[in-house]
Amino acid sequence: MVPYAGWEMPVEYSGISNEHMAVRTRAGVFDVSHMGQIEIAGKNALAAVQLISSNDAGALQTGQAQYSALTTPEGTFVDDMLVYRMAPSHFMLVVNAANTARAFAWISEQIKTIGDVAAIDSSSRYALIAVQGPAAREVLQPLATIELGDIGYYRFGYGEVAGARATISRTGYTGEDGYEIFVPPNAADRLWQAVLDAGRSADVIPCGLGARDTLRLEAAMRLYGNDIDETTTVLEAGLGWIIAWNKGDFIGRDRLLEQKERGLTRQLVGFEMIDRAIARHGYPVVSGGRQIGVVTSGTQTPYLKKAIGMAYVPAELRAVGTEIEIDVRGRASKARVVRLPFYSRTGPRTGSGRSSTQA
Amino acid sequence: MAYPADLKYTKDHEWLRVSGDVAEVGITDYAQEQLGDVVYVSLPEVGTRVNAGEAFGSIESVKAVSELFAPAAGEVVEVNTALNDRPEVVNTSPHETWMIRLRLADPNATGSLMDSAAYEKHISA
Repeated sequence: MVPYAGWEMPVEYSGISNEHMAVRTRAGVFDVSHMGQIEIAGKNALAAVQLISSNDAGALQTGQAQYSALTTPEGTFVDDMLVYRMAPSHFMLVVNAANTARAFAWISEQIKTIGDVAAIDSSSRYALIAVQGPAAREVLQPLATIELGDIGYYRFGYGEVAGARATISRTGYTGEDGYEIFVPPNAADRLWQAVLDAGRSADVIPCGLGARDTLRLEAAMRLYGNDIDETTTVLEAGLGWIIAWNKGDFIGRDRLLEQKERGLTRQLVGFEMIDRAIARHGYPVVSGGRQIGVVTSGTQTPYLKKAIGMAYVPAELRAVGTEIEIDVRGRASKARVVRLPFYSRTGPRTGSGRSSTQA
Repeated sequence: MAYPADLKYTKDHEWLRVSGDVAEVGITDYAQEQLGDVVYVSLPEVGTRVNAGEAFGSIESVKAVSELFAPAAGEVVEVNTALNDRPEVVNTSPHETWMIRLRLADPNATGSLMDSAAYEKHISA
């Protein structure tokens, strides 16, 4: 167990590789109750969300969610988030645990100019259990009172799971199909146990922070604090697709538009090592002995069994196929820029699919 | 897992298996458990000379990098290249998986290393 953003969380239960492969081939269960929830409601809730969010909340139907940036005036990230439309004038933003207080303070301040809207930090109302993997639906269906197949990707519904009142969202941070289940905290234990019991015959196992990180990296999902933060713009982070330029003004739009028109000086890219070495967070990207960029996330991942990562590089090096050099603990090691994501569940299955066992 | 009596152990969780003036070096069960799934082992070239306590390579898991320290001084005479393709055997058979073979500079200088009983005490402290 390790301290994580004010919570005590497990790095692993039965080995990071074991858990990672379980999610890719069967299903794994994550307790992600540490995530924060901020709800915005009132007559002008949509206007408020549109102001603080880069994506178009107006395009959301009730029961639909979208990935977005909570932007600073510089077009950088206060946080990344999922925006859920609970009702026409009621939104829930799911934010990172480490940023919950800061995001809430930021939002409260920014929406002051808009009347008829309130924001609350409702994190303490929700526990969140994620079940992720190709077998997730099969394992959960007997425990649920609604047809899980009716919930489309990035949609959510209400029902009971293991007897607990739940909001069931078809979202996740692994690159696999799966569900994130919001329940009252006092039902979390029962839900966790019920899912593991129901999944026992399918060898569904609990998964910790270690596998959560390797899974999201293969899917090229950004991690706040590593790949994105208050110094990186939404465009530099390669997330231009979550900017809804035509929805109207939002905080940071002007600076982002300027940057778009001027062109980027740096960009987050995915890379794969060519030399036998593993590049990790913080390792410099170098050229002629000089640092020109930095690795933001990197490791050798269990499914792809390759040393991969993401790094900020000068914009002129961002083309797929470009060779770059990374200083791996004193040794300049060759890597190549690759297309993101590294892994897609709908793409060709390129991994070896090996499952590992621990002594 | 029991700690074999025929091995000698270091504080940093390497072991030495001495056979005349050549010794095999590996890491202990405790070390592999702390590391997690080993994905990469970086070993020196044959002919490299090391001093006792000096780093001779590194071992990486998904989450961390650790240096490997020589339990005794000597010259690297063989390197276990099988670890390039199957580093995970370090996790499954830590006490059978040797990483380097050293021709010991002084075969009698291993007395300061721990025996299995002392090592077991060391890791439970």
